[in-house]
Amino acid sequence: MEAAGIPAGQALKPRRSEVVSEFISKYGLIAILIAFPAYYGIQDLIDDGNLTRIGNNLADGLSNGAIWALVALGYTLVYGIIELINFAHGEIFMIGAFTSFALWAPLGLNPDTGTVALVLGLLVTLIAAMLVSGSLNVMIERVGYRPLRGAPKLAPLITAVGFSFILQNVGILWLGASQRGVPDLIESQKELVNIVGISLSRGDLLAFAVTVPLVLLLTTFVGQSRLGKAMRATAQDPEAAKLMGINVDTTISLTFLLGGLLAGAAGLINTLYQTNVWYFQGFTAGLIAFTAAVMGGIGNLRGAVLGGLIIGCIQQISDNRIGNEWTPAVIFAYLVLIMVFRPQGLIGEETREAG
Amino acid sequence: MSTIQDLRRRRWAPYLLPAVVLVGVAVFPLFRPPLDGFMDDCILALAYVVMALGLNLVVGFAGLLDLGYVAFYAFGLMTMGWWASDFYTGVNGEEGIHIGVSGFAATLPGIHLSFLIIVVGAILVCAVAGAIIGLPTLRLRGDYIAIVTLAFGEIIGRTFANGDEITIFNDYKLSNGRQSISPIDQIDLPLLDPFDSALNLRPYYWCIFAIVLVVLFVNFRLRDSKLGRAWIALREDEVAAASMGVPLVKTKLLSYATGGAFGGISGAFLGAYFSSVNANQFQFGFSIFILAMVILGGLGSIWGVVIGAVLLAFVNNRLIPDVLDQGFVGDKLRDIGLNFSFTEISFGVFGFILVIMMVLRPEGILPERRRQMELTEGIGDTESVFEARG
Repeated sequence: MEAAGIPAGQALKPRRSEVVSEFISKYGLIAILIAFPAYYGIQDLIDDGNLTRIGNNLADGLSNGAIWALVALGYTLVYGIIELINFAHGEIFMIGAFTSFALWAPLGLNPDTGTVALVLGLLVTLIAAMLVSGSLNVMIERVGYRPLRGAPKLAPLITAVGFSFILQNVGILWLGASQRGVPDLIESQKELVNIVGISLSRGDLLAFAVTVPLVLLLTTFVGQSRLGKAMRATAQDPEAAKLMGINVDTTISLTFLLGGLLAGAAGLINTLYQTNVWYFQGFTAGLIAFTAAVMGGIGNLRGAVLGGLIIGCIQQISDNRIGNEWTPAVIFAYLVLIMVFRPQGLIGEETREAG
Repeated sequence: MSTIQDLRRRRWAPYLLPAVVLVGVAVFPLFRPPLDGFMDDCILALAYVVMALGLNLVVGFAGLLDLGYVAFYAFGLMTMGWWASDFYTGVNGEEGIHIGVSGFAATLPGIHLSFLIIVVGAILVCAVAGAIIGLPTLRLRGDYIAIVTLAFGEIIGRTFANGDEITIFNDYKLSNGRQSISPIDQIDLPLLDPFDSALNLRPYYWCIFAIVLVVLFVNFRLRDSKLGRAWIALREDEVAAASMGVPLVKTKLLSYATGGAFGGISGAFLGAYFSSVNANQFQFGFSIFILAMVILGGLGSIWGVVIGAVLLAFVNNRLIPDVLDQGFVGDKLRDIGLNFSFTEISFGVFGFILVIMMVLRPEGILPERRRQMELTEGIGDTESVFEARG
């Protein structure tokens, strides 16, 4: 498209319309993002004279966003390396949630369990959920995406949509088609601290306590380790990486494993936090997390975390103010706006084919 | 042997099989009772054929993966709900607006327009909606297009499903929300008696069959037209097409608009046939149902898509509820202790079809010749069919 538009060499002095469109693409998205909380913040100031309500929204939103960040990282990792929107990723998250719920009863975890046993039990659940989700993701890649590596690009995307539906229906067979409440093991709504009216609950703390170390581990792994270096090399240029002796197939499998592990962890936190599981939760979560990944700049790890936190806040404000039946529409509207104004995201890196 | 070769040489020979099939399909209701369950399935199947052919224009011809096709179904159904029911009871001082309707519908309050007017309206609404949905995708690459169309499909579905909270003006709402709008007028064509789906399904069958014929004709003409060739060029290589003078923006938007219009026609028909408009069914799963038909039949292959749509419609309405759940297979499964309902997991079946087809036979049951060449050519080298900058 660009090739057809601007003749080279003549664009020394940009025309006014170009300046305007560049300005919009730079700050338009940020302005839209700020406008949403700002509007309700001002409304709060007028109604109550303080910012407690919007503050609480944002606090809840950030902890919710921490969960989305974990899921979004899976999208971004996979997109970064094979440029595939792993549509089934939301369902991987859902399977993680189901696995952790299914393990609580055999492990004897219930709200009356003592603290030490509870922490140990949840740790076991966390590891199990991560492993199940991770290996499932690797399996899907092996069966569904690897045979299509050379095929037209939409082929693996369609397979991914197919897997997403298959997993949703596995969820229906597993726990039925309706939402199911789960025991509130950690009393997630219990208030821990209250700073100027903004309350932080146990669930909020848990979300951060799991997310922050995992994100740090992941960034260290991708940034420092040999395998992480191989991942980055493959993301940059798979052909060249192969020539340098990197096993591209293994590296891609590893990427799916990492994404799945994070999604599994997010599944457990979400179960503890929301105290319900549902086969459809993965679809919604997947699209929210995908929006987060795109917002941050797909392929960019820090971007995914930032996008997750922002989208969490938007979701919380929309749930609380507009009504949660409209939240998906609000999130999707943001997705479309990002695509229109800034497809490369807030802090997007130029990926192989970005543009 | 020689007679077959003779036959092959005739110019009309390739049209023989389709002609025989079409005539057979046209006359078969005469041999069935007027309220036949099988005919009911056929009517649904033909309505899905129209939608699948519409989606095929976008995905198969122009190569733009549209995951939000349910939006057009929604608009088609809703135009029927708005213009052929007593939903807007208060209009014209509770007298109602009636154009081209006779019989019982002409006495009811609300807006009641002739089916032909509504079909034209649905085409216009869907074409405009298609162009609007297409606009933000113009700058985007293949997989992003899929997500944006999906997002639009969900936004539109959500908006109609919660439409009872949206007031257009006075106390006229956008939709009836989670409650369905019902009853919808029966189809009432000029020169014919109003149809009655409670007594005789044959008129509905012939009506949708006529629509399928028109849509098929339009599809073939479009495929061979300048526009159709531009779509295929776009699918094969966007940059090359642009440099050969194909106007990208216009071509892409026209593909969304035309594809959407077919969805609108089918939606309007189904609204009249179901005699109710239910916003709960505007789900992502529906888009995938239609997409699976196109993929199963063969992207870009018109006859293939027809076969795919009929097959999946029967899988959905016959095989899954009657054979797998109630019939022999269901009994056997229950005997060995597998107690679950296939109807509940029907979308899993469609997902499975998508995966199997893509991995084993991406060109579909009845592939288009050109597409098959593209697909086999594409394997192994970096050239990508869907993607301009591959």
